[in-house]
Amino acid sequence: MREEILRISGVNPLKCMKCGKCTASCPAFEKMEYHPHQFVEMVQNNHITPLLESESQYYCMSCLVCEERCPRGVKPQKLIEAVQVLKLRASEGNRLKPQDVANRLDPSLPQQALMAAFRKYSR
Amino acid sequence: MQKIGVFVCWCGSNIAATVDVSKVAGAVKEEPDVIFASDYSYMCSEAGQLMIQNAIKEKGLTGIVVCSCSPRMHEATFRKAAQAAGLNPYMVEIANIREQCSWIHKDKEEGTKKAILLAKAAIAKVRFNEPLTAGETPVTKRALVIGGGIAGIQTALDIADAGFEVDIVEKSPTIGGKMAQLDKTFPTLDCAACILTPKMVDAAAHEKIRLFTYSEVEKVKGFVGNFTVDIRKKARSIQEEKCTGCGACMEKCPSRKTGNEFNERLDNRTAIYIPFAQAIPNIPSIDREACIHFKTGKCGICQKTCGVGAIDFDQQDERITRKYGAIVAATGFQPISLERFDEFQYSKSPDVITSLELERLMNAAGPTKGELVKPSSRKHPSDMVFVQCVGSRGESCREKSYCSKICCMYTAKHAMMIRDKYPDINVHVFYIDVRTPGKNFDEFYRRAVEDYGVDYRKGMVGKVMEQKDGRLLVQASDLLTGEQLLLHTDMVVLATAIEPDKSARALATMLTASMDTNDFFTEAHPKLRPVESPTAGIFLSGTCQGPKDIPETVAQAGAAAAKVIGLLSREKLLNNPQVAKAEERLCSGCSGCSKVCPYGAIDYEVREIWDHGVRKTRRIAVVNEAVCQGCGACTVTCPSGAMDLKGFTAKQIMAEVDAICR
Repeated sequence: MREEILRISGVNPLKCMKCGKCTASCPAFEKMEYHPHQFVEMVQNNHITPLLESESQYYCMSCLVCEERCPRGVKPQKLIEAVQVLKLRASEGNRLKPQDVANRLDPSLPQQALMAAFRKYSR
Repeated sequence: MQKIGVFVCWCGSNIAATVDVSKVAGAVKEEPDVIFASDYSYMCSEAGQLMIQNAIKEKGLTGIVVCSCSPRMHEATFRKAAQAAGLNPYMVEIANIREQCSWIHKDKEEGTKKAILLAKAAIAKVRFNEPLTAGETPVTKRALVIGGGIAGIQTALDIADAGFEVDIVEKSPTIGGKMAQLDKTFPTLDCAACILTPKMVDAAAHEKIRLFTYSEVEKVKGFVGNFTVDIRKKARSIQEEKCTGCGACMEKCPSRKTGNEFNERLDNRTAIYIPFAQAIPNIPSIDREACIHFKTGKCGICQKTCGVGAIDFDQQDERITRKYGAIVAATGFQPISLERFDEFQYSKSPDVITSLELERLMNAAGPTKGELVKPSSRKHPSDMVFVQCVGSRGESCREKSYCSKICCMYTAKHAMMIRDKYPDINVHVFYIDVRTPGKNFDEFYRRAVEDYGVDYRKGMVGKVMEQKDGRLLVQASDLLTGEQLLLHTDMVVLATAIEPDKSARALATMLTASMDTNDFFTEAHPKLRPVESPTAGIFLSGTCQGPKDIPETVAQAGAAAAKVIGLLSREKLLNNPQVAKAEERLCSGCSGCSKVCPYGAIDYEVREIWDHGVRKTRRIAVVNEAVCQGCGACTVTCPSGAMDLKGFTAKQIMAEVDAICR
């Protein structure tokens, strides 16, 4: 699971120097059970099930302040997003295949929506 | 025909783990002119050197190849060994099979193949080596120290005490540097001024030391033992020999709106000013950007006030050329700019300050006479927050990748001193790691926590917000309790990262001294030659080489001085004989080489030569071997191939390439 999250997010948690700047900056701190620095630490320690089961992931507002201020360029938000994606894929399965896309193309559909659908619904 | 011996070093497992050394020794035996090849665990050891020397004597070797570490490491060692056995030291070639082979490869078979190729190339080269003899040049027995902070002062004092002349060039109007701005010094809390100003006086009074303050190095020519340096003495607009330092001019100066650099711009100074009371020399300078006379042509009050007529508005910059045998870089550091750290509100709130600003706020000679007040309201603070590692240890564009090293200790010092003087102030320190290695350092930090009740929190400050009541709200994490804290505070002190002084880069270019990516000067060897630059004759003192505190700076300053003394006490220096030489039959006298020569080593003379049996008169390049440093710029510039570098001739290089491509 850890490798999957690292692959999706492109984050290297080993870069973290455990300063807590992400959590110090996080505007959603109060609502979260697990905080940005804990996402980094727990993914690194392959302690991921609690993150998947907690509602913390949904309180992230993607304001990216953690990414902006992290002195080591760790990008905790990307990890939280990866946990969300992992959760979503587990529930929705791998149901969007590239070969199906041509039939479903709609000129009014933004390209970005297609990209987003791929990220969410395919492995 | 040459008789070549090849010696393959294992370097313990450094080479032998990735290169099959006996296979290398076996493979090169078939090379032309090779009559002996062997391997040994440590070639540089006494036994290894003896093995080389015995082979030279017994087999009558005329050239040797040592397959070992980088020539930067042990070329000198093996040359010396060969010389002791009666072989010309320039008949030794090194094949670097450690740094350029075993250390960077994993596959033993591939590594061995490459090592054999490198050995063959070196053998092909040594076949065309010729014995070279080094000439000698005299040493100018005077040193130049660039930078007049504690590092430069200490280096200069140590060199001068050994009996050699030293010049200090300092770009600001006084010597003293950053240490003069500090209040107390850790871990003993003695006052910086009390231990620094006597040294400043010593330097000024020393008969062997000459100070060039308000001066900058403009041009450096020459080489180790024989540098020629142009110094620009900026116009102070004061005749130094007349000025008595009475200070009447400063009292009367009406221009009082310039930020006082010495007090980190926490107050203002006049346009004609002495940076601080103990400045050396105790002579003012006129800041022409701020002076009303220079801006409007009017005023001139200082000139009228001066009883000795020392004010000279027409004074010009002066250029002085001096000769030196050695140069010490002691250019020091500066705190980084906090422009990009918006979250701390440093640019917006006067109550968010750097640690160096706090030094001035707590100094009895500072803008508040040592009373700690909020800069915004001049009121007594009740809560203070310190943030460590601001700009240090980061990877983004606004941060420095290194640890600034001194911040943990000075923050503990500040926190302790505040709690000692004002027990009513609550002091919080946000840290990532507390790093206090050093004699009595960790004990000092523990005293701040245990005896003075400084509140250390593991975590970082996320942001600082200005409140309507004039206080600051600090949002931070406490990672040990898992809380996000909101602290109402009066002042925030940022332990700002340090970086090399901005003048260092240009200076390094003039000195042809190398720097790292952070603009710290590089040492010749990180462990074994820590106070020397790889450029001969250039030495390093203090924070221009890397972050360090005062005890370390003084230690390094003394070490640099010892190296300079060692150099200056020699009567003559051996030149590098691997210098350029023009082949007179090929040279067309085009002047291309002299234009690219960075050392000015090439002249021309008209000479009579024999060209294919015909006597001709021609203009020919002549290399001054004492000045040439063997850089090779001329050899690649020469359109007719007349320039060659002894020991690195085109023929030798081509033989190396051929040996690899064969």
